[in-house]
Amino acid sequence: MKCRVCRGPAVIDLKRHNANFCGEHFLRFCNTQVEKAIGEYDMFAKEDKILVAVSGGKDSLAVWAILVELGFQADGLYIGLGIADYSDISGQYAVDFAEKRGLKLHVVDLVEEYGYDVPNGSKAAKRVPCSACGMSKRHIFDRVALEHGYDVLVTGHNLDDEAAVLFGNVLHWQTDYLARQHPVLPERDGMPRKVKPLVRLDEREMAAYCVVSGIDYMLDECPMSAGNSHLRYKDALNLVEQNSPGTKQAFFHKFLSQGAPFFADAGEEARAELGACATCGGPTPNDVCAFCRLVERAGGQPVKLTRAPARS
Amino acid sequence: MIVELRNPTRTVEFDEAMSVAKLLNRLKVDRGSVLVICDGTLVPYDSKLAADAVVEIRNVISGGAT
Repeated sequence: MKCRVCRGPAVIDLKRHNANFCGEHFLRFCNTQVEKAIGEYDMFAKEDKILVAVSGGKDSLAVWAILVELGFQADGLYIGLGIADYSDISGQYAVDFAEKRGLKLHVVDLVEEYGYDVPNGSKAAKRVPCSACGMSKRHIFDRVALEHGYDVLVTGHNLDDEAAVLFGNVLHWQTDYLARQHPVLPERDGMPRKVKPLVRLDEREMAAYCVVSGIDYMLDECPMSAGNSHLRYKDALNLVEQNSPGTKQAFFHKFLSQGAPFFADAGEEARAELGACATCGGPTPNDVCAFCRLVERAGGQPVKLTRAPARS
Repeated sequence: MIVELRNPTRTVEFDEAMSVAKLLNRLKVDRGSVLVICDGTLVPYDSKLAADAVVEIRNVISGGAT
């Protein structure tokens, strides 16, 4: 197998691109895909201050590495979720990554700052763990980005993640979720702009990026995610992809170009209904946001969102 | 050949050399869901693995979304 670019020995084959790459040209391919996504969806500019949400896993560490490689100003945010050893070990990967490269990493511990962890919070709120976890993370992403004056929050969602979410939203015809499914969520009161620069790269490519570029990442899966619907949707899509390479890419990207406009009205309606949470000030369609209700039920202490002073 | 797999963590041994393609077929693993790593380096689908190789098959499917 030879590299498509230099004809040297290839280390990876990408069936959906009908291409093989050596290590050097594979890394270049990943950087180019991220640059294309940033440009295609107008995610951010060189002068923007970027906060990358990192979990210690392959996707978030890879996107942070690529953004730094491309010359963007990107700091990291790690959230300790209190999921036993899993959180301690994944946090250490994030800390080691940042220290090795001299990058700034914000660390927020859910138990220390809010008084609950994901296992107990999900029980108290009677939510599945992934729901309580996602809600907690989104609130803290907003809080830290606003407090420190970041223009944009980057997450490591890749093509497989987005295709699986789209699949689930279509199966249940969640029109309000379909309206929001885009690589860029615009800024609004209480929320920074949120972007997903990895939407042109799949999971295998991101894991390969880490191996080729020497990034150590958390290999174990979150013990609370076993059997969740997101994984089942990924399995179903991967079955199709085995026989029809490129299907996931077409499914997601053609949704963006051809399907999403049909759901725009549902998105406008949902956005118009949002007000400010009476407790934290974050966006919510209710008097008190779902996150603050979760904190209250878990016996914790909510933290009010405060915006950093405007930069001169 | 010693083959290490994760989630769940386990080790499988084979006596003979074989290609990555044959190894994945023997283990009934979808090539699109894993990376095959030998001596810290990615090995492509058509590579031949030596009988005494130590190989890691790394799953790449993550369950959560950041």
